[in-house]
Amino acid sequence: MGVMRHGEFVLRVDPVLCDGFGHCHELAPDLVDIDEWGYPIIRREPTPLADHQALRSARYAVRGCPRQALHIERVEAPRPPARTS
Amino acid sequence: MRAGTLPRLLVGTPNRPATYAEHLATFGPLAPPVDLIGELERAGLTGRGGAAFPTATKARFIREQRGHRKFVVVNAMEGEPASHKDALLLATNPHLVLDGAESLARAVGARDVVVAVARDRTTTVEHLTRALAERPDRGIGLELQTPPGRYVAGEESALVHWLNDNESLPQYRAQRPVVLRLEKHPVLLDNCETVAHVGLIAHYGADWFASVGAPGQPGSALVSVSGAVAHPTVLEVALGTPLTQILAAARAEPAPRAVLLGGYGGTWLAARDLDVAYDLPSLAERGAAPGAGVVVVVGPDSCGIRETQRIVAWMANESARQCGPCAFGLPAIAQDLARLRDGGRDARDARRRLEQRCGVIEGRGACRHPDGVVRMVRTALAAFADDVAEHEAGRPCAGARAGATVASVPRLEHERELVWE
Repeated sequence: MGVMRHGEFVLRVDPVLCDGFGHCHELAPDLVDIDEWGYPIIRREPTPLADHQALRSARYAVRGCPRQALHIERVEAPRPPARTS
Repeated sequence: MRAGTLPRLLVGTPNRPATYAEHLATFGPLAPPVDLIGELERAGLTGRGGAAFPTATKARFIREQRGHRKFVVVNAMEGEPASHKDALLLATNPHLVLDGAESLARAVGARDVVVAVARDRTTTVEHLTRALAERPDRGIGLELQTPPGRYVAGEESALVHWLNDNESLPQYRAQRPVVLRLEKHPVLLDNCETVAHVGLIAHYGADWFASVGAPGQPGSALVSVSGAVAHPTVLEVALGTPLTQILAAARAEPAPRAVLLGGYGGTWLAARDLDVAYDLPSLAERGAAPGAGVVVVVGPDSCGIRETQRIVAWMANESARQCGPCAFGLPAIAQDLARLRDGGRDARDARRRLEQRCGVIEGRGACRHPDGVVRMVRTALAAFADDVAEHEAGRPCAGARAGATVASVPRLEHERELVWE
């Protein structure tokens, strides 16, 4: 058991980098669906960080992406104002 | 200039650019107010490139960015085939746009202005070159750049990417708002018409600006009316003008079936929704927006599905082909629409698949190009419900047989002919 985490996360894909290999769908089928052309449709509802199974599969998906197009974005429970870069 | 009168942006002789001397005689010397951004906020000026974002908010955001150097980019790319407003504006009052750009640069702390015009608009490039040459130096660098004339090349991140790296491709932005950067320096990017309005406010102030227009959206706007009209025209209208009045002024078909508003990624308004005022809040009630000021009229002897299909086929071809859902999804939608257009046994399936694909594609591109197409297709299915029913029943509607098309769509180019740099 890891540390209890608060907050939620979403997977995000850079659609420009993504080439539709589909590994993310294989590695995190609960978080990533796939469209008819093989490109990922990512669950938009945030998943609790406390959901270890989901978080682990999300990490597999991030590491397994041949184009490194995926990342995990943390969402605080009440959503913070949009961050500026 | 007197308050409460039009035209403002298009004062003078259309398509004969005012020289600097004539410009001074009309608008007087430029002495922008100290707090220009505050003035823009009081004027309630919103962007005229499509998104209608408050100009003051954007300018303030860039002013607050750190950096010893900043840029102002004037977006006169005008990739919408049905839009001619920026070209006409630059062919009438180029110095008003440059006044606005210089004032904005002062207000956000920029020393350089870049005006971007698509390189295939050769007359506009000539007008601007002449205007830049005769303009006295006021300590702000003015420069003309000519990216390729592709639809998405005018998208803000694609434009800045071209200025940086000569590639007109939209960029993925993980978080918004994002500061666009030219050689690592913050960029304030505004549409050409927006900048001209800033020029007016710099000359005459917010109260003068709001002496025309609707309470929900003050000022005037340029509208390019085309399709089933006597002649395609660009009109300057007070915001809040009834849409029917705009159509009458452009001598449009008296009984239009529907009107495409905003641009080729805009919204179809059915005939029953045309009794609406042309401004942001009123159009929002009908699910539409002024967008880039495009109005395409479709008359009773045209097929809405066919018009939509032609537009989508062109838009699909204009995709930068960077993101899968756009590169593959838009041609698939165009194909579904072609099946629906041709009627017969496939039509019903095609319609179902179309709706499903629209839901899948939406929101999955780096830019909003696919989202715009999806919005246009969805509203077309609603506005042309009669046509859809006829086609599904296997009877291509009268318009499809007549063969007349009204939406102006450039010739389709092959992929190898598309120029991005």
